[in-house]
Parts: sequence; C-alpha cells; structure tokens
Amino acid sequence: MSNPQQLRYSKEHEWLSGAEDGVSTVGITEHAANALGDVVYVQLPEVGDTVTAGETCGELESTKSVSDLYSPVTGEVTEINQDVVDDPALVNTAPFEGGWLFKVRVAEEPKDLLSADEYTEFSGS
Amino acid sequence: MSSNAPVEPRRTALDALHRSLGATMTDFAGWDMPLRYGSERDEHLAVRTRAGLFDLSHMGEITVTGPQAAALLDFALVGNIGGVKVGRARYTMICREDGGILDDLIVYRLAETEAGSSHYMVVANASNAQVVLDALTERAAGFDAEVRDDRDAYALLAVQGPESPGILKSLTDADLDGLKYYAGLPGTVAGVPALIARTGYTGEDGFELFVAPADAEKLWQALTEAGAAAGLVPCGLSCRDTLRLEAGMPLYGHELSTSLTPFDAGLGRVVKFEKEGDFVGREALTEAAARAESEPPRVLVGLIAEGRRVPRADYPVVADGKVVGEVTSGAPSPTLGKPIAMAYVDAAHSAPGTPGVGVDIRGTHEPYEVVALPFYKRQK
Repeated sequence: MSNPQQLRYSKEHEWLSGAEDGVSTVGITEHAANALGDVVYVQLPEVGDTVTAGETCGELESTKSVSDLYSPVTGEVTEINQDVVDDPALVNTAPFEGGWLFKVRVAEEPKDLLSADEYTEFSGS
Repeated sequence: MSSNAPVEPRRTALDALHRSLGATMTDFAGWDMPLRYGSERDEHLAVRTRAGLFDLSHMGEITVTGPQAAALLDFALVGNIGGVKVGRARYTMICREDGGILDDLIVYRLAETEAGSSHYMVVANASNAQVVLDALTERAAGFDAEVRDDRDAYALLAVQGPESPGILKSLTDADLDGLKYYAGLPGTVAGVPALIARTGYTGEDGFELFVAPADAEKLWQALTEAGAAAGLVPCGLSCRDTLRLEAGMPLYGHELSTSLTPFDAGLGRVVKFEKEGDFVGREALTEAAARAESEPPRVLVGLIAEGRRVPRADYPVVADGKVVGEVTSGAPSPTLGKPIAMAYVDAAHSAPGTPGVGVDIRGTHEPYEVVALPFYKRQK
C-alpha cells in the first residue's frame, strides 16, 4: 500500500488533506483500516461541532473492536461523509478517497503532523 | 493477551503458510492463530454459502484408553459416555464438584485398538486443555485407564460450509455419505491418514480432520486446490466466532464459566443423571436442576439490534433504566446484517419479544429485540 504524498498524517493514523478555502478533509489511513478489519459502524462529529487536535471526536467500530477517532486538527466541522455513515465498508475499500470521514475549517494545526514518507516509516507500511 | 512475562506464543504446523497468505495473526489462548486473511465478513459469508478452510490446531486433544476408559469418562464428565457407539461423537461438559463448568468438550469414541480396551479422544478448548488434562488425570485414580496428552500429536483442519462434502469427497474414498453429524471415522484424505469427523462450530455442514502435524501443510494445500472451483477460502478465528454466535453456540469464557452450571447456561440436557454410578458434580447439579425449575436464574437469550451499534461482552442489558442482564458475546451479524448478541437476562425479561429491553453501549441505551436462540439455522 502507499500513503498519498499530498496528505499529512497524525500518529493516531488519521490523514489530513491540504486546505481548500481553509477547509481540510479528514480520514483514517489504509494501515489503520487494515488493522481494524471490516468497519461496521462509524460515529462522526456533527456539522458545527468544534474538534480539537489529538482529542476524540467519534468512533469506528469493527467486527472485533471499537476504536476512538481522533481529530488531527482543531477547527469547526463543516461537512460529514453521509456515504460512509450509510456504508462503513468504504473505510476499508477506499480509505483515502470515498471513505473520507469529515471536513473541518482549520483553526489550528499541530506542528507534529507527518509527511507521507514519515508516516510510512512510523506505521511500517 | 497474557499479563505475565512475555512467553513465546505456540505456533501451529501451518504457521508459515498463514503468513505467506498474508493472515492477520492474533494471540489466542497462548497460540498465534490466524484472525483473518482478508475481510472477515467475506470469510463468514463463504462458509454460509460455499466453503471455508480453518486451522484449529490450538484445540486440545486428550486420548483416554483402557478397559475402564468409558467408566472413567462417565465418572469424570456429565454425559453418558459409555453409551456412545464406536465411530460416534458426543457434546458434553466437565464440571467441578460444585457443578461449575470447567470446559465444554467433544468426545469421540474411536475403534478399539486392542480387545477389551476402549479408545476415546476428548477435545478441549485451547484455553482449558491443561485444566481438563489435569482433572481427567486426577479423576483417573483407581480406574484401569490411561489419560494421555495428545495436544502435540495432532493438527486440526476444518472444512465447513455447504460445498464441503463435495470438496472432501474428491480427496477421499471414505464413506462420507454414511458419516452422520457427530460421527467420525479413520480414513485417508489426499494421501494423508486422518480422523474424519462430521463436526464443526459454524452452524453449517462440515468436517474436522485430525492429522499428524507433519501432514498438515500437504492436506491444507490439497483442500485449497480441491475447493478452488467451489469458492473455498481460508478462514480465520474472527469469522469462526461470528459463525458460532449466529448458530447460538456457547463459547467458554463467554457463555460458559466455572461460576455457572450447565443448567444456568440452558444446557442442562447434557447432564445425564440417569447414567449408572456417581460422577463428579452429581449432587450439586441435582440441586442446580431443581433450582432451575423452581426459581429460574438468568436465561441465555439472543438480542438483535434495532440500530447499528454493536454490543460487546460484559455490556449491561437494561430495561426501565435498570440492569437486567449482561451481554456475553456480541458482533455484527453478516447473515442478518445487524448487530446481534447473546446475553444472560433475568427470567422476567427473557421471553422473545419482551418490550423495552436495551443494551447500554458505552452510556447510551440502544433498543434490542429479545429472540430465542439460535439466530441462524441452516436449511437441511
């Protein structure tokens, strides 16, 4: 698998797109999706919620476990991916594309987000 | 995961093969076992509709032989083992003196190898194999019978699913049509000597093949090739758990434990009071049976979610804001397309359709429908 070069990554295995008009897209990495197994339930923050970098903002449930979803940045949620709520398997089949989770108007970005190469080394895949 | 000092996990004879297939491995009762190879949902559905191949070599085989082997097992276990015919198997349990369940077991009666001596293979859960071995050894005192640890003598492969008879037939001359559910016979599969048993833990037709570890890889490859056209896929323990849950089959450590008797678990039928002679737990189990009649304890029921959140073991079952039970196993059901659970609930809330029952999922009460087990029964 390869982690897209244009994204940045958190150590909690979320990815963050570059901002368009100040809004970035958030998802989980393929490495994380593979580790979870089949995702069966996605709980996302609501539009208008403020999320905080490094804090939980939802959860992902797979056959075997429940995992917290962490926000990689601080900001206001502007959109959630209803497709992934309706069909959580998108997280497994297209983690970097159709399986995106939410969009956020970035207020503050932590300084320790990783590049694709750094994340590949960090996650071992 | 073990909390003790790190101990090297045990690896099955198929370990290298699992890794070459890209399996996600997991620690299970001290064994490094395949959890899944790809999507556990796809593996589950393959077993329901086609066929799946499992490595179950972690299961604990114990051989009991001798002139009084049957008498020993009748004393040590709650079932009527003396009544099992050669070539048949029986689901049974081993209990403590106080009636608490030490393990649930399958006992196979094999053909006698010498006159006047009977031959049984007891298959215990991996997590309890040592406990069962110790109990049988202790209970064998005074019986003319030998209890032998055969855990390392066998690898165990299972082929499960509606296509499994056809797949196996292409590799053996054994009379599979004559082999009934819960029966076993010695034979040769793909040139490998095997004990072929029509048993499983999936709710589907299927076979379990006990073979020498040195033959396991050859047999796995032969089954993989023979099953390719029918859609057989390798399957991990994750889907084995959802398959058995849908089939309403108990798992030790979840639905069964030393703090429960077979009657508490709704499995009192495995206790055979009518058999001759004393057996370990008879007195306590007689009382437990009477208690289950007069003041029923919690009842093991099925729960089906109305929403999509998944109940997990130990989550409270609630009604009218009060705790009325506890989830023992829960998972998203691939067959039903909804989360399901097994749970012990107070008798007053155990009837199918009881209104107002929910599960406390990390602080939120989610509505659940109470149903009778199993969730899934195959069409025969």
